[in-house]
Amino acid sequence: MLCNLEMQAGLGLDRRSFLKCALASGAALGACAIAPPAAGLSSGAAADNHDDAQFITEARFYQKLANRKIKCKLCPRECTVGDKERGYCGVRENRGGTYYTLVHSRMAAAHVDPVEKKPLFHYLPGSVAFSLGTAGCNVNCKFCQNWEISQSRPEQVPSEYAPPQRVAELAKQYNCPTIAFTYSEPVIFAEYLMDAADAGHQAGIRSIVVSNGFMQEEALKAAYGKMDAVKIDLKAFSESYYQKVVTGQLKPVLETLVTLRKMGKWTEIVYLVLPTLNDSDQEFRNLAQWIKANLGPDVPLHFTQFHPQYLMKNLPITPVPTLERAKAIADAEGLHFVYIGNVPGHPAQNTYCPKCKSMLVERVGFTASKMLIRKNSCPFCQQPIPGVWHI
Amino acid sequence: MSTAHSDSRRDFLRKSLVGGAFLCAGSAAGKLAAAEPVATPVVPKAKSRVVVARDPQLRGTGSAVDSSRLLALLDRAMQTLFDRDHPAEAWAKVVRPGDTVGLKVNTLGGRGISTNSLLVAAVCERLQEVGIKASDIVVWDRESNELERAGFHISIGGNRVQCYGTDRVDYEEDLVAYGSVGSRLSKILTQRTNVLINLPVLKDHDGAGVTIALKNMYGVIHNPNKYHPDGCNPFVADVNMLPEIRTRMRLTVCDATTAMYEGGPAYKPEFSWNANALLVSQDPVALDHTGWQMIERKRAEKGWKTLEAEGRPPRYIATAADSEHRLGNNDPARITVVEA
Repeated sequence: MLCNLEMQAGLGLDRRSFLKCALASGAALGACAIAPPAAGLSSGAAADNHDDAQFITEARFYQKLANRKIKCKLCPRECTVGDKERGYCGVRENRGGTYYTLVHSRMAAAHVDPVEKKPLFHYLPGSVAFSLGTAGCNVNCKFCQNWEISQSRPEQVPSEYAPPQRVAELAKQYNCPTIAFTYSEPVIFAEYLMDAADAGHQAGIRSIVVSNGFMQEEALKAAYGKMDAVKIDLKAFSESYYQKVVTGQLKPVLETLVTLRKMGKWTEIVYLVLPTLNDSDQEFRNLAQWIKANLGPDVPLHFTQFHPQYLMKNLPITPVPTLERAKAIADAEGLHFVYIGNVPGHPAQNTYCPKCKSMLVERVGFTASKMLIRKNSCPFCQQPIPGVWHI
Repeated sequence: MSTAHSDSRRDFLRKSLVGGAFLCAGSAAGKLAAAEPVATPVVPKAKSRVVVARDPQLRGTGSAVDSSRLLALLDRAMQTLFDRDHPAEAWAKVVRPGDTVGLKVNTLGGRGISTNSLLVAAVCERLQEVGIKASDIVVWDRESNELERAGFHISIGGNRVQCYGTDRVDYEEDLVAYGSVGSRLSKILTQRTNVLINLPVLKDHDGAGVTIALKNMYGVIHNPNKYHPDGCNPFVADVNMLPEIRTRMRLTVCDATTAMYEGGPAYKPEFSWNANALLVSQDPVALDHTGWQMIERKRAEKGWKTLEAEGRPPRYIATAADSEHRLGNNDPARITVVEA
């Protein structure tokens, strides 16, 4: 998935700077001091050795077929993968009829981020999350902001060996109450996510995930069942957009949202608005109506601003009035918490009580500068405010 | 079959080292080459030639390919393709002195079904005879360890033929795009070569139908996993349209000494056969069509369904020939297959 908020705003880093800084300069940001990967090969190679056994474990979600083939059961793509081949994600490989993940404990990016940067606005505001990701993704969004890791194979990306226990230790070391699985697409490193979440929980640290939600139900329940909150990128509300721009499908993502709701997971939705492609009134209205009918009015919905990236450089930045139009439509449809993202200083970054309209959480950039919610309620009218507000 | 390349590493190294001796001879041939225009296959001709050169005695009485017979087979194929009396005259139609030449091999299948290092050594020998410096030849694929597993010796620096994977130099940082494809290209292609000679193998592919010349270019990009859905169509054609690939491509020499009619792309000895052949053409589409038909004939002979009946015909070949791509001819009426 793309972390359009996480990577761009706030730190002012471009993608390449991030790739370097995320691993190397955490200390400069007062964050994690993870050493950069070794320079490696003498003739200038950027990647480490993908044969390194420490990163390779048998995948958990697949089915063995005849003739040494396998069928991946992790995401709805259901890649049938022959011997010596990899799935669409590029991080899972069939070796002699057994399917392996190549990215367990293979941390390609790591940082300490405000949780607002995910963005999760109703989850421990003002807290930070030890955030990590590996190479690979199960879709190929033409606007991906993190394509240099998400659209690469693990051996093409400098990585650090960070087994689950180490992740938990780092989170604790940097006073992070939460581990965030993010940056690329956590679906494709599900095994690592599950093990790191377990290690974190044993150490009293929560876990959240930032995902495209393009996942099979069994894997979803097993992996995201271990999460304390989930942010889903709902990239559009049309199958044709998912097919042409995302290389995925909408229906399974909607099913994921419904399943998460049934599981009782705190979930927020981000909708990246691309001018002319997914910004019609009707699409905004359909989206809001579907959310209200299937998830309820209290699910936070973030309309975020697009910036030209990757294979989608022919479109302008989303105009702020477009985002405001989207919010107005969603508000009118009865959603209680509709935000505008990637526009620093916009009043729609704050949380307001849906009953008395008082401002409850004020945000400046990615910082929660004022947090007034008490006992999960508005202090002015006692209206319950859904979310995970307190540690 | 597994012993076919048994002494190839040593042999390749020897030939690489010996290659320096051809530098002197190369200068004379270079004058010959400079006098003639180099044939580039950028725009498909009205009719394409594909030479299928065979030698039933390529392995003698054993299982390993005989290097001298393989060199002779290569010469016969090249001379037939370019209608020349001498190998150097044929190769002079492909390269000029001063060119930096990339030999893109296919080593996914390990020693069982990869481009034979003896064939690569033979091509290197002939390139040097027409004035290409040994150090200006790069034998390459994605990964150095795959090259080694296929019997190649990694060679970097010095006056030898160079041999290494993209893992040693990385991919370009910037994307290139055509149609449905957006990828980073191997720096070996973009920074080390101005001429590309494609040396694929002939084999079945469980997703694409077959993998021969066109699909071998997946080894040039950083994200081939993104382009396997839908039988790799239209992705294979789009990858071959990337200007950095298309403008460099001069020749395909397909190693069909060992071929596979089922079970690819990994090596499965039960589905391979000693075709003892080379397919040579400047039209990769025509070559792919011809190779595909060879695989279909073998499948029929072995009692297997056609790839169409199995739901995996290599549709990307027709796409590569369509009006948008025009990478070559796939119409049998526009392909002359010459047996040599």
